[in-house]
Amino acid sequence: MNKFKENAMHVVFLAAACISILAVALICIFLFANGIPGIAKIGAGDFLLGTKWKPGNDIYGIFPMILGSLYVTAGAIIIGVPTGIFTAVFMARFCPEKLHKLLKPAVDLLAGIPSVVYGFFGLMVIVPLIRKFFGGTGTSMLAACIVLGIMILPTIISVSESALRAVPDSYYEGSLALGASHERSVFFTIVPAAKSGILAGVILGIGRAIGETMAVIMIAGNQPVIPQSLTKGLRTMTANIVLEMGYAADLHREALIATAVVLFVFILIINLAFSIIKRRTNKEK
Amino acid sequence: MNKAAKIQSVILRCLVYLAAALTVGVLVCIVAYILYKGIPNLSPTLFALEYNTDNLSLFPALVNTVTMTFVSLLIAVPLGIFSAIYLVEYAKRGNKLVTIVGITTETLSGIPSIVYGLFGSLLFVAKLKWGYSMLAGACTLAIMILPVIMRTAEEALKSVPDSYREGSFGLGAGKLRTVFRIVLPPAMPGILSGIILSIGRIVGETAALIFTAGTVAQIPKNLMGSGRTLAIHLYALWNEGLAAEQSYATAVVLLVIVVLINAASSFIAKKISK
Repeated sequence: MNKFKENAMHVVFLAAACISILAVALICIFLFANGIPGIAKIGAGDFLLGTKWKPGNDIYGIFPMILGSLYVTAGAIIIGVPTGIFTAVFMARFCPEKLHKLLKPAVDLLAGIPSVVYGFFGLMVIVPLIRKFFGGTGTSMLAACIVLGIMILPTIISVSESALRAVPDSYYEGSLALGASHERSVFFTIVPAAKSGILAGVILGIGRAIGETMAVIMIAGNQPVIPQSLTKGLRTMTANIVLEMGYAADLHREALIATAVVLFVFILIINLAFSIIKRRTNKEK
Repeated sequence: MNKAAKIQSVILRCLVYLAAALTVGVLVCIVAYILYKGIPNLSPTLFALEYNTDNLSLFPALVNTVTMTFVSLLIAVPLGIFSAIYLVEYAKRGNKLVTIVGITTETLSGIPSIVYGLFGSLLFVAKLKWGYSMLAGACTLAIMILPVIMRTAEEALKSVPDSYREGSFGLGAGKLRTVFRIVLPPAMPGILSGIILSIGRIVGETAALIFTAGTVAQIPKNLMGSGRTLAIHLYALWNEGLAAEQSYATAVVLLVIVVLINAASSFIAKKISK
C-alpha cells in the first residue's frame, strides 16, 4: 500500500514538472497554428513589410506596428538604461546601509505598480505636459517612451545591483590602492567586471518594454501609421492586438493572431540572448 | 591625482546621485499623485454591491479580483510546488528533463501577458468553449504565474540542508513522508514569498484577462461567468470614455493593495533571512 502511494506520488510530481513543458508547447502550437495561415493568405512580405493597416479593405501590413514597438523600446532604453545603471551603482556602492533599507522597497514598489496604473498616470500627468509644451494631442511616442522608461527601471536596477554586488571587493580595493578615487574605482573596475550581468538586466528590460501593452495603449495614440515624430502618435504590436481583437473576425482575426506570432518571435530571440548571456556570466564565475 | 581625473570623479558622482534621486523622485511623484487625486474620490457609493450607469461601483471588480487571485493560486500553487518537489527531490543529477523544464520556465517567464491572453482566448475561450469566464482567466493566469512559484519553491527546497533528509531516512521514514513532513515545512516561508509575488502579478494583470475573463462589471454567479478585476476596471473606465473620479479611486485601491502585498513580502523575506 505504502509502496503504491510512493510510486503514485512520484508520477504525480513528474506530471506536474512536465506542465511547464506542456504549456510552452501548447502556446507555440496554438499561436502558430492560428497565425501562420493568416500570414500565408496575406503573404509574408505584404504582412511584415506592408505599410498600410486597413482591416476594412482587407489590407494588413504590420510594418508600422513593428516600427512602433521598436521605437518605443529604443526610447525606453535611452531613458531607462542610464538611469537604471547609475541608480544600481548608487545602491550597490554609494549609499549608506540605512538608505538602502529605504531604497530597496522603493524599487520593489516601482516593480509592483500595475501597468494600467502607469498608463493612467501617464495619461493624467505626462500626456497633458507634452500637450502643453509640444502641442498636438499629447498622446505620443514621447509619452510612451517616458512611461516605459520608468517601467523598465526596477528590472534593470535589481539585476544590475546584484551583478555589481557579486564583484569581489578585491577589485575595488586594488584600484583604490593604486590611487584611484572611489568613483573611478567603481566605474573602471567594478562596472566593467559586472557588465554581463548588467547586460542581462538590460535585455530583460527590453523584453518588458516590447511586451508592454496596457500602459502603451493608453498613452501612445494608437494611429496605425509609420511613426512621424516624437510628438506624434504610434501603435505598437501589442496595442494592435488589444484594440481590435474584441470585434475582429476571419482574416482580420488571423492577422491579429499573426501579429502576436511576430511579437512572440521577437520575445523568443530576446529570451535566447538573455540565456546566452546568463550562461556566459555563470562561466565567468 | 591630476585635474582631469578629479573632474571626472565629480561628474560621475553627480550622475550617480542624480539618477538615484530621479528614480526615487519618479516613484514619489506617482504615488503622491495617485493618493492626492484618488483619496478624495473614495466615496462609500463606490463600494456599492451593484455596478450600473449611475454608479460606477468598483466593488464587484474588487470581489472578482479576490476570486480570480484565489482560483489562479488554487491551480498554480500545487502544480508549482509539486513540480519543484520533483526537480529538487526526485530528479537525478544531470537529468535531461530538469534542463528542459528549466528552459521552458525561463521562456514562460519572458512571454508578455498579451500573448498569454491571446493563447487563453484561443484555447480556453474558443477551443474548449468556456466563453469569457473567470475560469478561463484563472487558468491563463495560472500558467503565467507558474514559473514564479516554481522557481521560488525550487530555491526554497534547495536551501533545506541535506542532513534533514538523511535524518528522516535514517529513522525509517519513506521518501513521501520525508518530503511532506520534513523538507516542506522549513521551505514554507520561501514558497510563501513566491505566492505573494504571484498575487501581485494577478492583481495588476490586465492584458491577459481582457480576452479571457472578459470585462463584465458584475460579480458572476459562478466561475463560468465573465467578470472584470480591478485592473481591467481601470482600463475599461478609460476605454468607455474616461470617468476620472472613479478611475482615480480605482487607481488608489490598486496602489494600496500593491503596497500591502509588497509589505507582506518584505516581512516574509526578513523572516527567512533570520
